[in-house]
Amino acid sequence: MLKHIPWILLAIVGAVCLAVLATVRGEAVNALWIITAAVSVFLVAYRYYALYIARHVMRLDPARATPAHYRADGLDYVPTDRRVLFGHHFAAIAGAGPLVGPVLAAQMGYLPGTLWIIAGVVVAGAVQDFMVLFISMRRDGKSLGELVRTEMGPVPGTIALAGAFMIMVIILAVLALIVVRALAESPWGMFTVAATVPLALLMGVYTRWIRPGRIGEVSLLGFVGLILAIVYGQSIAASPYWGPIFTFTPVQLCWILIGYGAVASVLPVWLLLAPRDYLSTFLKIGAIAALAIGIVVMAPPLQMPALTQFVNGGGPVWSGSLFPFLFITIACGAVSGFHALIASGTTPKLIASETDAPFIGYGAMLMEAFVAIMALVAASILDPGIYFAMNSPVAITGGDPASAAAAVTAMGFPVSAETLAQTARDVGEHSIVSRTGGAPTLAVAMAEIFSHAVGGPAMKAFWYHFAILFEALFILTAVDAGTRAGRFMLQDLIGLAVPAFRENSSMWPGLVATGLCVASWGFFLHQGVTDPLGGVNTLWPVFGISNQMLAAIALMLSTVVLFRMKQQRYAWVTVVPTVWLLICTLTAGTLKLLSSDPAVGFLAHARRFSDAAARGEVLAPAKSMAEMQAIIFNDRIDAALCALFLAVVLSLLYFTVRTCLQSLWDPNPSVREAPAHALPAA
Amino acid sequence: MIGLKRIGEMARLMVGQPPYEAYLAHMRQHHPDRAPMGRVEFFRDREEARYGGRNGGKCC
Repeated sequence: MLKHIPWILLAIVGAVCLAVLATVRGEAVNALWIITAAVSVFLVAYRYYALYIARHVMRLDPARATPAHYRADGLDYVPTDRRVLFGHHFAAIAGAGPLVGPVLAAQMGYLPGTLWIIAGVVVAGAVQDFMVLFISMRRDGKSLGELVRTEMGPVPGTIALAGAFMIMVIILAVLALIVVRALAESPWGMFTVAATVPLALLMGVYTRWIRPGRIGEVSLLGFVGLILAIVYGQSIAASPYWGPIFTFTPVQLCWILIGYGAVASVLPVWLLLAPRDYLSTFLKIGAIAALAIGIVVMAPPLQMPALTQFVNGGGPVWSGSLFPFLFITIACGAVSGFHALIASGTTPKLIASETDAPFIGYGAMLMEAFVAIMALVAASILDPGIYFAMNSPVAITGGDPASAAAAVTAMGFPVSAETLAQTARDVGEHSIVSRTGGAPTLAVAMAEIFSHAVGGPAMKAFWYHFAILFEALFILTAVDAGTRAGRFMLQDLIGLAVPAFRENSSMWPGLVATGLCVASWGFFLHQGVTDPLGGVNTLWPVFGISNQMLAAIALMLSTVVLFRMKQQRYAWVTVVPTVWLLICTLTAGTLKLLSSDPAVGFLAHARRFSDAAARGEVLAPAKSMAEMQAIIFNDRIDAALCALFLAVVLSLLYFTVRTCLQSLWDPNPSVREAPAHALPAA
Repeated sequence: MIGLKRIGEMARLMVGQPPYEAYLAHMRQHHPDRAPMGRVEFFRDREEARYGGRNGGKCC
C-alpha cells in the first residue's frame, strides 16, 4: 500500500489542477496549471493503466523472446536498450500533426482541447499505439496491412491498405498546404527553407564521399548552415533585388512544392532525403525540448478564454460545432491512426523485452500528447485578437490589418490594426493577417516564449523564422518520405490487379506510381491553395476524419486480436475508444457529406454554387464561371472522398464484428501469433 | 540516468542507424563463415533501408 501513496498524491495534484482549469473563468490562468494537470494525469495513467493492460489484457511475458532476439540479424532486428528505443519511436511518431491540430482547436478556447488531449491519449491514443506494438511484436514485427490480412482476412486487408494510401495522400496534401501558407509572400522564410536544399545536398556529398557515416559531424555543419541562412535571410528579404526573387504567391509555391516532391522522391536517398532528415529530426527534438523548458521558465498566463462562443459552431478557423469536429481537429496528440503504421514498422523489430512495450508504446504516445498540450498552450498565450486575425481566412479578414482588426474586434476579440502591424514587424513579416494553417501562429508563440528566455524582443524575428524553418523542414522531409512510401503502397495495390506492376527490375512501375502519388496529393494541395476559405478549413477536417478512421481500424484489429486470444472480457479496453472514434468520425463524415449547412457539408456547398451557376450568377469568392465550376468539382471530389472513408470504416466494422463472433463460438484461441521462443540465457 | 554513449546511440537510431558494433558481434557469433559488411557499407545499407520507402513513411 505504501508504494501507492506518492501516486495518490500525484493523482490529487492532477485533479486539483483540472478542477482549477475547469472552474476559473474571467481571470488569467497560468499555463502551468495545464502543464501540471497533463503531466500528473499522464504519469498516473502510465503507472496504473498501462501496467494493467500489460499484465492482464496482453499478459506480457518477460521470458518470451521478442523478434529482436529470435530473428536477430544486427540490421532490422536488434535488441535495443529501452531508453534508446523510446527516442527512436518518439522521433518517428512526433511530427507536425500534434503541433498544428491543437493550434487550430484553440478557436474554441483552451479548455475543450486540453480535456480531449488528456482524456483521449490515456483512453484511446496510447492504448492504440501500445496494442498495435504488442500485436506486431508477437508476429515477427509485421506491418498493419499484413496484420489485418492475417487476423481478419484478405478482403479487409486490401481495404485497409487502400484506406491507408488515401490517408497518406491527404496527409501529404495538408502538410504541404501548411508549408505553402507559412511561406507565401514571406521572402525571409522562403529563403531559409530554400537554402536547406543546397545545404542538404552538400551534407549528402559529405556523408557519401568525404566522411561517410559521420552523422553527428555533418548535422552540426548543417545546423551552422541553417543558423546562417536564418541570419542572412533578413538582409536577403530586405534586398530590393533578392527580396522579390524569394517572394511567391501561394499558387506559385504550390507548383514549386509539387515539382519538389516529384524530383526529390526519385533522387537517391543519400543525396537529399537522408541529410535533410538528420537536420529535421534533431531540430525537432531540440525545439520540442526548448519549448518545454521555455514554457516552464516563462510560466505565461493564458490569454485565450477557456471557452469561446465558437463551441456551438460558426468559428472562422474551421467550421462545425464542438461535437464531433473538435475530436477530429485534434487528431495526432490525442489519438492518431498513423501511429499504427509506425508501431508496426521498425519499433517492434527492435524491442528487447516484452515488458519494454508499455514504456515504448504507451509512454511515447503520452510524450506526444505532451507536445500537443504545449502547442495548445502556445496558441492560448497569444492575444486572442492576434490569434483570430492570423487564423481567419481572407474572406473574413479582408487581408489587411485595418479590415482584419475590425472583423476580429466584431467577433468580440478587440485588437487594433496597429497591434497587428506591430506584431508583423516584430517577427519580420510583411503581414500576419490570415496566415492560416497553424504553423505561423505557433511560430509567433514560440518567438514570444524563446525571446523571453534568450535575446529579448530584438530576437523575436530570428526565433519566428527559426520556428517556421523547423516546421517547414520536417514537413518537407515528410512529403519526400511519404511520397516514397505512398509509391510502394500504390505498387502493392495496383500489383493486386496487374502483378507486373510490383516488379522493381524495371524502373517504369516505380516512376508511374511516384507520378500518380504526387499527382494525387498535388491535386488536393492545389485545391486547398486555391480554396477561397484558405484550404485548411476544407482539408484539415478531411485529414482528421481519415486519421481517426485509421485509428478506429487499428483499434478494431486490436479488439479482434483480444477476442481471438480468448481475452474478450478485457476487450472493453479497445472497444471503448473504438466506439468513441466511430461515433466521432461517422458523425463528422456524415455531416461533411450530407449537412445542409454549406459551411459544413460539401454537397450542400456544391449545390449552392451549382444552383447559382444554373442561374448564371457568380457567387463570391469565385470571380468567373470557370472558378464556380472548379469549386463545384472540388466539393464533389471531397464528398466522394468522405463517402469512401465511410465505406472503408463501415466495411471493416462489419469484418470486425464477424471475426469477433466467429472467435466467440470457437472454444479455442485462434490468434496467429508467431510461435513462442524462450528468451536465450544472457 | 542515461549516459552520453546511450544518447549518441539514441540520436543515431532516430535516423535509422543501429549500432555497427552490435551488428559485428552478431555476425561473429552467428555467421562466422560470412564476411560482415564494412562500417561504411553498413551505413549505406541502413540508409537505404530507412529511406527507400519500404519501411513506411514517417508520421504526420
